[in-house]
Amino acid sequence: MLGTGILNGLAVTAKNFLGSFHDPARLVTVEYPEQHIPVREAYRNFPFLVSESADDPMGTLRCVSCLTCEKECPPQCIVIVRSKDKKPDATGKAQFYPTTFNIDTSVCMGCQICVEVCPFDSIKMDKVFEITATNRFTELLLTREQLAKSNAYYHKIHPVEAAEVDARLAAERLAAEEKAKAAAAAKAAAAAAKPAAPAAPAVPAPQTPPPATP
Amino acid sequence: MSAVLASEPFLERAPIELRDAIVQLLPAPAQWLGHHLITILAVVLGFSLFFAFTTVAERKLLGRLQNRLGPNRAGVPKFSILPFHLRHKLFGLSQPFADAIKALTKEDIVPAAADKLLHFLAPVVVVAFSLMTFAVLPVGRHLIPVELDAALLYFFAAGCASELALFMAGWSSRNKYSLLAAMRALAQLISYELPLILSVVPIVLVTGTLSTVAIVQSQGVWSFGLLPHWFVFTPWGFAGFIIFLISTLAETNRSPFDLPEAESELVAGHLTEYSGFKYALFFMAEYFSLTALSGLGVTLFLGGWQAPAPFLEFIPSYLWFIGKLVGMLVFFIWIRGTLLRLRIDQLTRLSWQFLVPLALLNVGNAAFWSLTAHWSGPLNLVRWAISLALLVTPFLLLGRTLSAGYAPRTYRYAS
Repeated sequence: MLGTGILNGLAVTAKNFLGSFHDPARLVTVEYPEQHIPVREAYRNFPFLVSESADDPMGTLRCVSCLTCEKECPPQCIVIVRSKDKKPDATGKAQFYPTTFNIDTSVCMGCQICVEVCPFDSIKMDKVFEITATNRFTELLLTREQLAKSNAYYHKIHPVEAAEVDARLAAERLAAEEKAKAAAAAKAAAAAAKPAAPAAPAVPAPQTPPPATP
Repeated sequence: MSAVLASEPFLERAPIELRDAIVQLLPAPAQWLGHHLITILAVVLGFSLFFAFTTVAERKLLGRLQNRLGPNRAGVPKFSILPFHLRHKLFGLSQPFADAIKALTKEDIVPAAADKLLHFLAPVVVVAFSLMTFAVLPVGRHLIPVELDAALLYFFAAGCASELALFMAGWSSRNKYSLLAAMRALAQLISYELPLILSVVPIVLVTGTLSTVAIVQSQGVWSFGLLPHWFVFTPWGFAGFIIFLISTLAETNRSPFDLPEAESELVAGHLTEYSGFKYALFFMAEYFSLTALSGLGVTLFLGGWQAPAPFLEFIPSYLWFIGKLVGMLVFFIWIRGTLLRLRIDQLTRLSWQFLVPLALLNVGNAAFWSLTAHWSGPLNLVRWAISLALLVTPFLLLGRTLSAGYAPRTYRYAS
């Protein structure tokens, strides 16, 4: 009242002024291009494609071009062309692969729906935010080669989530192997059982009546 | 004049001697013209540079007041003639030049329906009038562009003309927002013109002159060789100074009275239709009038170019003036970094219900002070006591009455 509040306010800003010189921790801003504030674990903006190894990103893409993400994408910024042939994937199973996989990042709104619908954990959200380009029509349209990033990179940017995904995939692979083994064992057992009872006719011979002769 | 000059120390007379030396080079009929052109050039260049560095100082200080760094990137440009690039950031001090180039290269848009002539003239007029006010500021003992007997009258006449330019800007834009905002700005400027001039009247009353030179000279006295007799150190002078500061803030549209150009609420007000360098000119004019009014405040209340103590007189008088001016500007920047923007009703209330009555009473206080100038000894203490009482009592009474019912606001949901 009567100006004392103003004097208090002036004291506060004077403290800020002096404090910002001797105590750098007070400064709330950083000098951006040189200094970065660490981005949080949950931060995301654009999708990328996970490949198993960094040496051969195109050969080890997890994507099997099932086209689910393309159909679900609300702004329709994903374009996939499925291959004609099949290639063995990481588990050795023959799968289709995308010959074209484009994401138009000038349209993408970072909603993460593609990540949520992907049944193969092959598309994940990236953390890049410095995406300047001199031509928005060509340079913001990311192709398969630009999108593919290794699993190691995924572990680097989202360690918790990537570990969980890898554990699940390993479990699935193990289950698949065991199932295959069980199937193989069953087959082998069946194969072993077949010659064990050769006397019993498996299928009764057709009793066809002799044709009546006139 | 030269006889007076010759007895001065070298630094004190250096600017005058330099000017005279240049004038001597001209043929005799052109000397008169050269003399005045040099003065005009000195004022325009000097205060333009001062303006440039005020903007960068303002941005840096505001940054520090709000725990930020402020501009520190602009450095030496890359000269193509040099084989190497001098990469030095110069602490961001070349920022105003980068800003100027940016403003110059921006597109100048004039609305199709606008009054083209007035739209063009408004920024020119506002800068011209605010530059004119510098003419009567005594920058140093011998450094005054124009020695006028009615200097104060001239100062306020030139200063008030910028309100016309401001309304020209709002009117010529042919835009209802601009027009309404210009009327609002005009209401503010006229409201604060009154306490501004009323806060200056006591000085005229006590010194008996309108000349800024005479007013500064009347403050060049020291008690015990130490205490300066600046008007700010008298009760009525102090009150006048505070009223002058508040009115200056409002007159130059600075925070907390920056309603005319409230960029987030009113979309730049009367400047909505201005772009590029014309927009920058309005801001230039605001800073010029801020500098001019601060200079007037220094001249009237803070002893102008007088040193605070006789033993400090070896420092040239113009440096004292510039130092005090910088001090005033830093204070204004500090205020800007602290206070919030007022509402228009709070703003006019403060002026008409609080500042104008106090300024009027202060005129009476100054009259009492000049009537009792011959009191001495213990009567001097009585004189101070009466003068202080004449100030503090109405301040407390008015403040209490006006703020009754305006208790500190409690926020129910934002604790």
